[in-house]
Amino acid sequence: MPPFPLDLIGLLTKPGAYLVYALIGFGFGYALEISGFAISSKLAAQFYFKDMTVLKVMFTAIVVAMVLIFGATALGLLDYNLIWVNPTYLWPGIVGGLIMGVGFIVGGFCPGTSLVALSTFKLDGLFFTLGGLFGIFLFGETVEYFDEFWHSSYMGRFTLPELFNTSYGVVIVGVVLMALFMFWGAEQLEHIFGKKDLKTEPRRRYTGAVALLAVALLVAFIGQPTTQSRWVKIASAKEALLKERTVQIHPAELLSLVHDHHINVILLDMRSEADYNLFHIDGSQRHDPGTASELVPDLRLEPANTVIVTISNDEGAATDAWKNLTAESIQNVYILEGGLNNWLATYAHEDESLIPNPATGNDQLRFIFPAALGSRYNFSDPDPEEFEVEFTPKVQLQTKRGATSGGCG
Amino acid sequence: MTTVTETQEPKRGLTLPKFLTSRPTRPYVHPYLGGALLGVVLFLAFFLTGNGLGASGGLNRFIVFFQDLIAPDHVDITPYLITMAGGDLNPLDNWIIPMIIGTLFGGFFSGWRNGRLKIETNKGPQISTKSRWAFAFIGGAIMGYGARFARGCTSGQALSGGAVLSVGSWFFMFAVFAGGYALAYFVRKLWN
Repeated sequence: MPPFPLDLIGLLTKPGAYLVYALIGFGFGYALEISGFAISSKLAAQFYFKDMTVLKVMFTAIVVAMVLIFGATALGLLDYNLIWVNPTYLWPGIVGGLIMGVGFIVGGFCPGTSLVALSTFKLDGLFFTLGGLFGIFLFGETVEYFDEFWHSSYMGRFTLPELFNTSYGVVIVGVVLMALFMFWGAEQLEHIFGKKDLKTEPRRRYTGAVALLAVALLVAFIGQPTTQSRWVKIASAKEALLKERTVQIHPAELLSLVHDHHINVILLDMRSEADYNLFHIDGSQRHDPGTASELVPDLRLEPANTVIVTISNDEGAATDAWKNLTAESIQNVYILEGGLNNWLATYAHEDESLIPNPATGNDQLRFIFPAALGSRYNFSDPDPEEFEVEFTPKVQLQTKRGATSGGCG
Repeated sequence: MTTVTETQEPKRGLTLPKFLTSRPTRPYVHPYLGGALLGVVLFLAFFLTGNGLGASGGLNRFIVFFQDLIAPDHVDITPYLITMAGGDLNPLDNWIIPMIIGTLFGGFFSGWRNGRLKIETNKGPQISTKSRWAFAFIGGAIMGYGARFARGCTSGQALSGGAVLSVGSWFFMFAVFAGGYALAYFVRKLWN
């Protein structure tokens, strides 16, 4: 597993971790101030095409950070799955953005820049910050009236490469090219509306542009790690867990987890639709065998008390899913020991409608069902009080590594 | 630089002590250089912590902290506030709080080092300082409302989400610019 991002609280305890955040904040404030973002009139000039500093600084920051982030993930230093990617709520985001644009041109700052204005004693920054606090207060008190809209058009962790159905490399190069084009356009606008003499601009900015594009192309050329390549790196350590059977949990442990209200259990049934329709455990969601890695973006947004259990008829498809999820840094993933055949042997042995059929092959159901009732069998959701089954508990909740919230906290 | 900055000294001699303002005033760095530095900070945030940068969420938590002091029962029945301060939760116990405190110090340090600490109000030439303050407050309120509506501000959504290629963040970013440009003409007296 890539070494970064760090488990800061685990490494440094909370005060140490918060010190790191404070230092990052310090760099943030410093970078905003030296760019002139404490001056409202300079920020507002963006909207009259006279001084395009806001656009230049913002997009330079985005492309530089983007190229470095995806360079680090390409080299296997940083785990993209563990960093916070703002989940998409499309329309609330667009409406909120429009409101913010209005606030920006009326007030002259955005929340981050107003803090820097405040800390350099700009009085308009002080009033803006007070106004910002009031607006935030107002939002907290009124959000209940449009709660439904505020939670609408949710698309989860959704990225541009997924939107355009292309590789990260193509998008990274594309974003860099777009930014360079916007910089060129911004300079032309400054020349026309701001009467700026472009000849006095440093020529070194061309060198910077070429270097940025070269690094982006290199990142695209290296490519992002695949589930397969990620598995190869951790295979020897994780195969041992499989062999020692520390991640295969007994049906009775699974049942106790399902009935434990402190645990958020996600049951991934990795079988064919036909098998699933015949019978599945109550509350399990079916996914085609081999598609587990597609679930990673959504699983990452689950809370820290989540346990994921992969299920197949025996353990074959479930183990494949376990490997894929583990390779993608999903934590607390377990396999149903012996699969559904073992589950049925534990909870359905008294049911006479089931006919054992031991002749079928590996990872096939070894029972014949009279009807396809899905989860409407008693043994889909057995009462744990009724069955006294001994098991050795194996689930140990790992604290979640990586960011669990972001987007301004 | 052709910015339309006009500075007005506040009356009654509100000035900073000399040791804060004694350093020579230096010009701002080139936007691309400032942007690149900001990009490196943003990268380090993600690289070390997994989180991006943020501001409005921290302000939010300050507000909720006071709400929780004054009306804890109200906080405990408002879903939006529960997640930050419900029950025993301390809304200030979150990474965003040290980050915005750091941001204040970083801005202050750079302002001091580059001789740019000054009690002043920046505005267009056609409006008074008092109306600038009023508009700053109103704009701030609109901005604060919008930032929470969008689940993040320019830092937490546009910069951070943009760099990690979140679809929502990119749409959000263009919406901010669209909102600003759409209204800019009508409020041109504020700035020009």
